[in-house]
Amino acid sequence: MSKRRSDWEQRPQARFLRWMRDGYGALDDQITTSISQPAAPRPDQEAMEAHDILVGTHRHERELALDRLAHYDLQNWANTRGRKVLGRLYAVLALLLGLILIYFLLNTVAFMPRFASADVPANNEVIARYVEKGLEETGAINIVAGMILDYRAFDTLGESTVLFIAACAVLILLRIDLDDHGQPMQQLIAEESDDRHYEPKNDRILQGSAMVLTPIILLFGIYVLFNGHLGPGGGFSGGAILSSGLILYLNAFGFQKAGRFFTYKIFMWVSFFSLGFYGVAKAYSFYMGANGLHSGIPLGTPGAILSSGLIMPLNIAVGLVVACTMYIFYALFRKGGL
Amino acid sequence: MWQALYDNLEQTVAVILFGIGFTILLLQRNLIRKIIGLNIMSTATYLFLASMGYIQGRKAPIVTDGVTDLAAYINPIPAGLVLTGIVVSVSFTGIMLALTVRLYRRYRTLDIDQIALLAKGEDMA
Amino acid sequence: MTLARNFPFFSILVCLVGSVVTSVLKPRAAKALTIIIAGVVLVLSAFTLRYALALESAEPFMMGHFPAPWGNELRIGRLEALMATGISAVLFITLLAGFYHMPAFVSEKKLGLYCIMVDLAMCAILVMLYTNDLFTAYVFIEIMTIASCALVIVRQNGHTLVAATRYMIMNLLASGLVLLGISMLYGITGHLLMEPLGRSVRHIVETGQYMEPLTVVIALITAGLAIKSAMFPFHAWAPDTYAFAPPMSSAILSGLIGKAYIFLLIKFFYRVIGLDVIVGTNVDSVLFVCGVSGMLMGSVLAISQRDIRRMVAYSSVSQIGYIYMGLGMGTEAGVAAALFQMLAHAAAKSLLFLSTNELVSVSGDRKRFHYLHGAGYRNPVAGVVFTVGAMSLVGIPFTGGFIAKLNLATAGMPMGGWMRALVLIALAISTLLNAVYYLHTVVSLYRRAPAEIDYPPSHRVPRHAAAALVISMLLTVYLGLGSGPIMRVIEAGLKMFA
Repeated sequence: MSKRRSDWEQRPQARFLRWMRDGYGALDDQITTSISQPAAPRPDQEAMEAHDILVGTHRHERELALDRLAHYDLQNWANTRGRKVLGRLYAVLALLLGLILIYFLLNTVAFMPRFASADVPANNEVIARYVEKGLEETGAINIVAGMILDYRAFDTLGESTVLFIAACAVLILLRIDLDDHGQPMQQLIAEESDDRHYEPKNDRILQGSAMVLTPIILLFGIYVLFNGHLGPGGGFSGGAILSSGLILYLNAFGFQKAGRFFTYKIFMWVSFFSLGFYGVAKAYSFYMGANGLHSGIPLGTPGAILSSGLIMPLNIAVGLVVACTMYIFYALFRKGGL
Repeated sequence: MWQALYDNLEQTVAVILFGIGFTILLLQRNLIRKIIGLNIMSTATYLFLASMGYIQGRKAPIVTDGVTDLAAYINPIPAGLVLTGIVVSVSFTGIMLALTVRLYRRYRTLDIDQIALLAKGEDMA
Repeated sequence: MTLARNFPFFSILVCLVGSVVTSVLKPRAAKALTIIIAGVVLVLSAFTLRYALALESAEPFMMGHFPAPWGNELRIGRLEALMATGISAVLFITLLAGFYHMPAFVSEKKLGLYCIMVDLAMCAILVMLYTNDLFTAYVFIEIMTIASCALVIVRQNGHTLVAATRYMIMNLLASGLVLLGISMLYGITGHLLMEPLGRSVRHIVETGQYMEPLTVVIALITAGLAIKSAMFPFHAWAPDTYAFAPPMSSAILSGLIGKAYIFLLIKFFYRVIGLDVIVGTNVDSVLFVCGVSGMLMGSVLAISQRDIRRMVAYSSVSQIGYIYMGLGMGTEAGVAAALFQMLAHAAAKSLLFLSTNELVSVSGDRKRFHYLHGAGYRNPVAGVVFTVGAMSLVGIPFTGGFIAKLNLATAGMPMGGWMRALVLIALAISTLLNAVYYLHTVVSLYRRAPAEIDYPPSHRVPRHAAAALVISMLLTVYLGLGSGPIMRVIEAGLKMFA
C-alpha cells in the first residue's frame, strides 16, 4: 500500500500524472479556473500581476513536465520494439554501405598500376634523385632516413607533433590531478586506485628476467637510434624499443623504483628539449634553404656515425619524444600519472 | 577484371580489409570493437601504401657496397609515408582508448548507444 | 622586402615552438603566451598580406634546400594571405573575449594543456592554408583532428565525452578515407606536391589511362573532407559537439577549423585536379545538392530546438551549406562567393557562441529560451553583439552575411535553368527560416523576465572581453560595408591559385 503525503495533490508528481492522464487541457483548465476566482470585476494592477505570475509558474512547470515526459519516453523507448527495429535497420544499412564501398574500391584496384612492376607512374624522377643523389646530398646511407629527415623533414616535424599532442590529449583525459592537500581530484573505481590490484608484488620470475633483459633492450634501442642513418632503424623504431624496455622495468619493479630515474618533470623537460631542438634546428635549416643560403652543417663521410648533418641529432630527438610518449601512455592508463 | 585483381593481390586484400575495418568502425556498438575496426582500417591502408613501393628483384633502399643505381633499390617514398601513418594510428588508438576508459569509469558500460541514453537521461534529471 | 616572404613560415614556427614552450609553463603564463602568439600571428599575417598584394603570381617557399618535386613547399598567394589574416584576426578576438570564463569549464590544472591545443590548432590551420604538399596536409589534418577533439574534451562531464567520442569516430572514418585517397593518387601519379600532381592529373585526363581510379580518388578525398566540415548528410556530430563543448572551443571549432578543411578542399580542386575535371565528373553537382539540403534542413532543425546553444549549432550546419552550394556551382564566381561566406561566417559565428555564453551565464547557467527572457537587459554588451551576429546570419544589410548571400545569388545568376532557380529559391527560403529562429531569439532576449525565477546578480564583463566582442561586431559590419576590396582580392587570388 502506498503511503501518500497529505499534500499529494499539489506535488509536481501528482500534477504530472494528472497531466499525462488528461493531456494539455487539464493544466489550462486549472489556470483558467484559478484566475477566474477573484471577485473584482475589472482586473486591477495587482490582479494582473498575480495572473502573470501564475501563468509564468505554470509555464515553468509545464517545461519541467515536458522534460519528465520526454525522459520517461526515452527510458521506455530503449526497450521497445521501435528501438530494436531501428537498430537492425542501422546494422543492415551500415553493412550495405561497407559492401558498396568494397565493391567500388575493388573496381578501382583492377585499374591501378600493376604490383611489383618497374613500369609504374610512381617510378619517376622524384625517386631517381632520392636514390641516386641521396647519399651525396644528405649523407645518409639509409635512403628512407635521408628522405624523411632531410628532403621531407616538415612531414616528420608534423608527425612528432602528432605524438606530442596525443600525449597531451591523453593527459587531459586520464591524469589524476592532486589538489593542494595531495588528495586526488577525480573519482577512481576500486580496481584503479590501487595500481597493483590485480598483480602480485615482487614476482620473482618477472623481476629476475627484467633485470637481465632491460639493459639489453635499452642498449639495443640506443643502438638502433644512433644507427638510423646507417641502416634500418631510426628515431621511431629506436624510441619504441627504448620505451618497451622502460615499460618492462616498470612492470617488474613498480612505480616507486621506476620513479627514481623517470619522473613527470623529467618527462616534461625531455619532451620540451627534444621537440624544441627539432623545431629550432629545422627552422634554421628551412630558413637557410628557402632563402638560398648555405646551411653550413657538415655532411661528414658516409658510413661514419657522425655523418649526414642533422640527421643523427634529429633521430635522437625524435626517439626520445617517442620513448617518453609511449611510457607516459602506459603510466597514464595504468595509474593516472607518474 | 579477376586477372587484374589477382595480379594486384596485395592491393585487393588491402582494400577488402579497409572496407571491413570501415564497417566495423561504423557498425559496432561496443567501443573496444570500434577501436579494433579502426586499427584494421589503418593497417589495411598501410598495406596498400607499402605494396605500391615494391619492385620485383630489387633490394631495400639502404645503400650497400656504394651502389647508388636507381635500378638496384625499391621505391623509398611509400616506406616514409607508412612510417608517418603508423605513428598517427598509434596516437589515435591511444586517445580512443583513453576516452573509452573515462566513459567506462563513469557509465560502467561499453555500449555507445547505452552511454548516449544514460547521458541524455542525466541531462533531463 | 624579402623578409616578408618568410612570415608564413615564421607564423607556423611560432605556433609550434610556442606550444612546446607552453607545456612547461604554469597555467596563467600559458594563457598569456597563447594570446601573445595569436597576436603575433595576426601581425605576421597582415604583413604577409601586404607583401602578397604586390605579387604578380603565387610564390613558392622551399622548406629546406630542395625544390618542388623533391622537397616540401609552402606557397604564398593573395588568397592564402587574406584567409590567414581573416582567420587569425577572428582567433585573436575569440581568445581575448573567451578566456576569462574558461575557469568555469576547465579545471585550473588542465588549462595549460588547453592552451597547447589552441596553439597547435592555430599552427595546423596555418599549414593547411599555405601548404603545397598533399601529404603534409594529411599530417596536419590529423593534428587538427586531435586538437579539435581535445578542445572539446577539456570540459569533462558525461555529455561532452559522449559528444567527443562521436566526433572522434566520424573524424577517424573521414581520415581513413582521405589517406586511402592520397595513397591511390600517389599510386597513379607518383607525386605528392600539388603542382606536379596537377600536371600528372592533366596527363591522366588526356590519355584516359587511369581515369577510374582518379574518379574514386576525387570521391574519397571529397567525402573525407566533407565529413570533417559537417556537410549535410554527415552533420550528425556537429550539434552535440558545438553545444556541449566550452564556448570558446565551439567558436574555434565551428568558425575556424571547419573553414580550414573546406579551404583545403578548394585547394585540392583547383591545384591538384582542376576545376574542369571536377565539373566533368559531376562531383560539384553532388556538393551543390548536399549544400542546398544542408541550408534548408539545418534551419528547419534549428527552429525546433529549445536550447539556445543547440540552435546556434544547427545554424552552423545551415551556414556550411551555403559554402558548399557556392562550391557546387562549379564556377569561379561561385567559389569566390563561397570564400567570402567563409570569412563572414567565421566572423559572425565566433561572435554568436561567445555572446551566447555571456547571456546564458547571466541567466543562471540555464540555456532554455524560457530562462533567457530579459537577458539582453542584464548584459547589454552581449545582447547587442548577439543581435548584430544574428542579423549577419539572417542576411540583413550592412552586415557581412548580407554581402555573402548577395554574392551567392549573383554567382548563381549566369547558370542555366534549374540551377539558377534552385539557388534563388533556396536562398530565399533559408533566409526566411533563419529569420524565424534568430529574430525570435533576439526578441525573447529583450522581453521582460518572468518574476518567479531569480537570477544571480550579474557580474561585470571584463573590459578586454567586452572590447573584443565589440571589435568582432565591428568586423562583421566592416565585412558588410567594405566588402568590395576583399572580393577583389579573393577574385585575384583565385586566378593565381591554380
